Amino acid sequence: MSSSPPDRRPIGRPVAPLLQAAPLALVLLLFFVFPLLATAVVSLWNYTEYSLVPDVTQRNYVEMFEGCSNLSDGLCTTFRTYLSTLRLCAMVWAFTTLFGFAISYFLAFHVRSDTMRMALFLVCTAPFLTSNVIRMISWLPLLGREGVVNQFLVGTGLVDQPQDWLLFSDFSVVLAFVHLYTLFVTVPVFNSMMRIDRRLLEAAQDAGASGWQTLWHVVIPLTKPGLVIGSIFVIVLVMGDFVTIGVMGGQQIASIGKVIQVQMSYLQFPAAAAQAVVLLGLVLLVIAVMTRLIDIRREL
Amino acid sequence: MDEDRRPLSFWLLGAFFLLFVVFLYGPTLTILVLSFQGPDGGLTFPLRGVSTHWYELLWRGSGVIDIWSSFRRSLWLGLVVMVLTTVISLLAGYAFRRRFPGQGLLFNLTIASLIVPSIVVSLGIALEFRLLDDGVKAFAEEHGVAWLSEGYTTAMGLFTSALGAHLTWTLPFGLLIMFAVFNRFPNDLEEAARDLGASPWQVFRHVVLPLVAPSLVGVALFGFTLSWDEIARSSQAIGDANTLPLELQGLTSTVTTPEIYALGTVVTGVSVLVIGLAFLGVSIAKRRAAKRVLG
Repeated sequence: MSSSPPDRRPIGRPVAPLLQAAPLALVLLLFFVFPLLATAVVSLWNYTEYSLVPDVTQRNYVEMFEGCSNLSDGLCTTFRTYLSTLRLCAMVWAFTTLFGFAISYFLAFHVRSDTMRMALFLVCTAPFLTSNVIRMISWLPLLGREGVVNQFLVGTGLVDQPQDWLLFSDFSVVLAFVHLYTLFVTVPVFNSMMRIDRRLLEAAQDAGASGWQTLWHVVIPLTKPGLVIGSIFVIVLVMGDFVTIGVMGGQQIASIGKVIQVQMSYLQFPAAAAQAVVLLGLVLLVIAVMTRLIDIRREL
Repeated sequence: MDEDRRPLSFWLLGAFFLLFVVFLYGPTLTILVLSFQGPDGGLTFPLRGVSTHWYELLWRGSGVIDIWSSFRRSLWLGLVVMVLTTVISLLAGYAFRRRFPGQGLLFNLTIASLIVPSIVVSLGIALEFRLLDDGVKAFAEEHGVAWLSEGYTTAMGLFTSALGAHLTWTLPFGLLIMFAVFNRFPNDLEEAARDLGASPWQVFRHVVLPLVAPSLVGVALFGFTLSWDEIARSSQAIGDANTLPLELQGLTSTVTTPEIYALGTVVTGVSVLVIGLAFLGVSIAKRRAAKRVLG
């Protein structure tokens, strides 16, 4: 041990860490790497009603973008689906970021006792460990035609008749997403905020900065890593979603995830695989752009 | 901010925080109340009496829903995922304290497994198993292995493809928790044990394990609850026997009685129970660890 390097990491037999990491590597290889490779390969295969035909064809990609070059007849189905998904993404991102930031700010800078802060933080994050579907179902008695919100609106005379747009609509989908995913922003943003040296805020104040100026020029730049990580989570979760959009949209709203799911149920595996490859490409692009803004590994 | 008078922003953000908590918990409490709807009651207010009618229907399995088989499946799968997540994350987290070849790649793969859309992972696993099935059948026919070509249907199942799908979701969380734990871990205790002549195994067993035990409860909690509620990754990769959340998702469009609220409350109850047990476990483990260290 006399040759220990200055970083004090213990040096043992080099085999031990390899063996310890092996189970994780094996699981990821079997259930993550191989599946992605299988998807890439099958997306190039042909298929009939009954079976997969190993082949190299562009059919699935060509069919996916059929009619997309001709913009005069309106957008093709694929582009419309992507646009509709991206529009949902943008709305959900805006609300979750705003809410997550406000909540983290309150917890990090306004709550004074550490115990209280941890307790309130747990209150905000505990629902993550309960079922998403049930949290969606929970909105049904509130938003339905006879639901609590409509009873209230009609009862107080704010509207003449029950409103239909509350449930199985873009509104209910966005509402459920915000309900489910705000914590994916809250946790990393809170983490970033807790690392901010409080003396910086005092310094800004002493130098004559207003509250808004401190927020804009000190807090937000220092919170950027948390905001980026949270945004990646929310954007990726919404882009690949089919459960929330399905349940809260009454199976009426199009999304990329839904298209993949439907194609799977018709056993059109290569077509679904091609969709998945394109979705994955888009997601990776978003992540690549966003991680340019920060160094993720330093945040852990 | 050190003055005693709270600024206006405190009250505004505090009010917002309060509203958010209502928003977060309100709906769940609503279905908790509505699950005690009287036998004639409907899916929304008003309550027509208070009863445990819907729970009784659920319990007997005589209502619209027979969920006990999927309930058991989810429970077993959750427990297996919990154990595997805890063990694999602990080992991997321990490995990452030292340098080993492929370290960076393995870390990036783990993060990627968290971030790649669930539907893509699920589809990939389904395709992988389909290719495997086709391969096995082709092999059996070519080589005339009768028992294999007749008896074999698919390798897809609860403890193969679905288990793998769940692990791709729980392991990144487990590893990140272990990273957070080992980042704050006192290296000198290990060194002291080594200087006193402890073998690597003894260091692990008598120094490291007792110290990280409370955090392992956290990993186990994530492992179980994330699996218990998982839908997206299992959806394509489970075969015929659904887990409870998948069953529930199907029921959202077909069940029109408060029975679904009773079921929802039971499922949430299991999660809450597990969270409570975890807190209990953490406090016990912490107390024991403190005793050990301080003597």
